[in-house]
Amino acid sequence: MHLGFLTIFWRDMLRFYRFKTLLISSLVQPALWMAFFGIAMSSNFNRFTSEIPPLPGVPTVDYLTFMAAGVIAMTTLFTNLFGGMSLLFDKNWGLMREIFASPLPRNHIIFGIALSGMTKSFIQAIIIMVFGILIGAQFFFGYTAIETFLAILGILLFVAVFSLGFLFLSAAIAISLESPEGMQGIMTLLTMPIFFASNALYPIDAFPPALQALSLINPLTYLVTGIRYFAIGGDFQAIGIHYQFTPIQIVFAFLFLVGFAAIMFAIAWWRFRKAVVT
Amino acid sequence: MSAPIISVRDLFHRYGDFTAVDGISFEVSEGEIFSFLGPNGAGKSTAINVLITLLPLQQGSATVAGFHVAKDPERVRESIGIVFQDVTLDRDMTCREILEFHGHLYKMPNAERKERIEELLALVQLEGKQDTRTKNLSGGMKRRLEIARGLMTRPRVLFLDEPTIGLDPQTRMRMWEYIKAVNREGTTIFLTTHYMDEADHLSDRISIIDKGQIIATGTPAELKNTLGEDLIYLETSDGAGTRKILSDMDMVKHITQKPNGIVAMLNGDGTKILPMIIEALSLEGIRVNAVNLKKPSMDDVFVHYTGRELRDEGAEKPSTAVTRAGRR
Repeated sequence: MHLGFLTIFWRDMLRFYRFKTLLISSLVQPALWMAFFGIAMSSNFNRFTSEIPPLPGVPTVDYLTFMAAGVIAMTTLFTNLFGGMSLLFDKNWGLMREIFASPLPRNHIIFGIALSGMTKSFIQAIIIMVFGILIGAQFFFGYTAIETFLAILGILLFVAVFSLGFLFLSAAIAISLESPEGMQGIMTLLTMPIFFASNALYPIDAFPPALQALSLINPLTYLVTGIRYFAIGGDFQAIGIHYQFTPIQIVFAFLFLVGFAAIMFAIAWWRFRKAVVT
Repeated sequence: MSAPIISVRDLFHRYGDFTAVDGISFEVSEGEIFSFLGPNGAGKSTAINVLITLLPLQQGSATVAGFHVAKDPERVRESIGIVFQDVTLDRDMTCREILEFHGHLYKMPNAERKERIEELLALVQLEGKQDTRTKNLSGGMKRRLEIARGLMTRPRVLFLDEPTIGLDPQTRMRMWEYIKAVNREGTTIFLTTHYMDEADHLSDRISIIDKGQIIATGTPAELKNTLGEDLIYLETSDGAGTRKILSDMDMVKHITQKPNGIVAMLNGDGTKILPMIIEALSLEGIRVNAVNLKKPSMDDVFVHYTGRELRDEGAEKPSTAVTRAGRR
C-alpha cells in the first residue's frame, strides 16, 4: 500500500507547526470565542430564560454549555473550509507541480490534506473542551471516567467525519481556482449560511420554515447534535427548549455526515483528476 | 547510437484555438545533452510539460525512457527528474526537508533516501545549508537545490526548463558546470532555453524551435555550419596567386580583399576546408603567414532560422542534412 498521503500530511503539519502565528491564532481563536461571545451571550440568555419555568425532572444546562458544542463545530467548520487554501498556494507558488509530476496517486493529496485538517480539528476540539470546562461549561457532567472517555471518542468521531467532508470540499474548490482572493470570497459566502442556518448558537425550532429546512440539510446541524449528545446527554433542557436525542437520531446524524463526506470526496476526486498544473 | 531515450513523433498541443506545439518530431539519445532553443512562447515549455506528463498528450506520440507518456505515465514519472522553470520550493521548509519530501513522494527506501540526500547536498555544495529554510537561500542556491531534488531518484533523464533564467552571469556559469557534471555521470539532460550561449555551451545537440515547430536540429557546430558562412582570413606571400586559387575552389563563395590579406566566405565546413586551402596554396609554393577562422555564432544561426529574413522568404524549408527532424 502506498503511504504517500502520509507525506502530504507530514508536510502540511510541518507548515502548521512552523507558522507560529497560524498555529497560535488557530488555537487561541476558539478559546476567545468561548471567553467573549460565550460569556457575554450566556449572561443574556440566562437572564431571558430564567423566567421560563424549567421542566421538572429534566436536567437544565446553561447557555455556555449549550454553545460550547456550537463553538467546537464552528471551529471545525472554519479550519477545514479554509484547509484547502494551502493547496491553492502550492498550486500557484509551491510544491504542487512537483507533487503532480510525481508517481503519487492524486487521491493521496486529498487524503493527506484531509488527515491534516482532521488532526488540527482534533487539537482544537480538545482545547475548546478543556477551556470550556475551565470557564464553567458543564460538559460530561456526572459522567464516570469511562463514560467521559467514550463521550470524547464520540465527539472526535463526529468531528473527524465532518472535517473530512469540508476539507474535501475545500480541496475541490482550491484545485479549481486560480486566486486566493477568489477562494477567500467563496469561503466567506459559504460560511455565513452554514454557520447561521444551524443549531450551533441557538435552537432551530423557532426558525421560519425555509430556514429550518435549510438547517436540516446543513451538516453543521448534525455535527452540533452529535457533540451535544455526547457532551451533555440525550435528554436536557437549554434556553427553555427540551432536547431529546435517541440513539437512532444520533446514528442518522452520523450517517448524514458520512454521506456528505462521501459526496464531497467524489467531487474532490473529480476536480483533482481534471486538474492541470503547469 | 543506442536506442533513443526520448522519442517524439508528430506532437501537437493546442490551447483552444492556439496551437502551441505544431507537429514536432525528434529523438534524444541516452547520455546526451539535448536542448530546445527558442524564443519565449515558442512552445518549449508546453512540449516539456507533455513529456513530463503534466499536460495530457493530445495528438501524436511520445515515449520517455521507453514508456509512452499517455499509456504509462507512472513509469515515465519514475524514470525522470524535473527542474521547473519557476522556483517550486516551499519557502518555509529547509533544504533537507525539501529533499526528504521528494524522496517520500517517490517511495525511496529510508536508507537510500538519507544516503542520496548527503550525496546530493555535497554535489550542489549545500551541505552547510541543509537546515536553512529555502526563503533564506540565494537564487543560485535555490536552483542548485532544485537540481539536487531532480536528481534524488537517480533519474535516467533530467528535464531542465530554463535552468538559468534570472541568474547572474557568474552563477549561470557555475550552473552549467553542475549540469555538465550531472551529465558526465550518465544522466541524459533535456534542456529548454532561450539563451543562445547556454544552448551553445551545454548541448550535444540543439533543436531550434519557433512558433511550435522545430526548424533545425543538429550539433552546435553543424547548426552554425549550415549557414555556410564560415569566414577565413588569410595572409600569404602571394596575394594575387591566392585569390586565383581560392576563386577556383567550389567551397569558396566569395572573396574580399583586405589591406594585408584576404577574407574568404565559405559555403561549407571551414574546419575541413581550411586544410585543403592551405594544401592547395603550398602546392603552388605560396606560403601562409597568418590564418584566422571565424565561425558564425549561435546568435547568427538563431537569426538565420527564426529571424525576419527566413520568414520573408516564405515557408521555404531550411536546407541540408542536419535537419533530421524537420517540420512537415
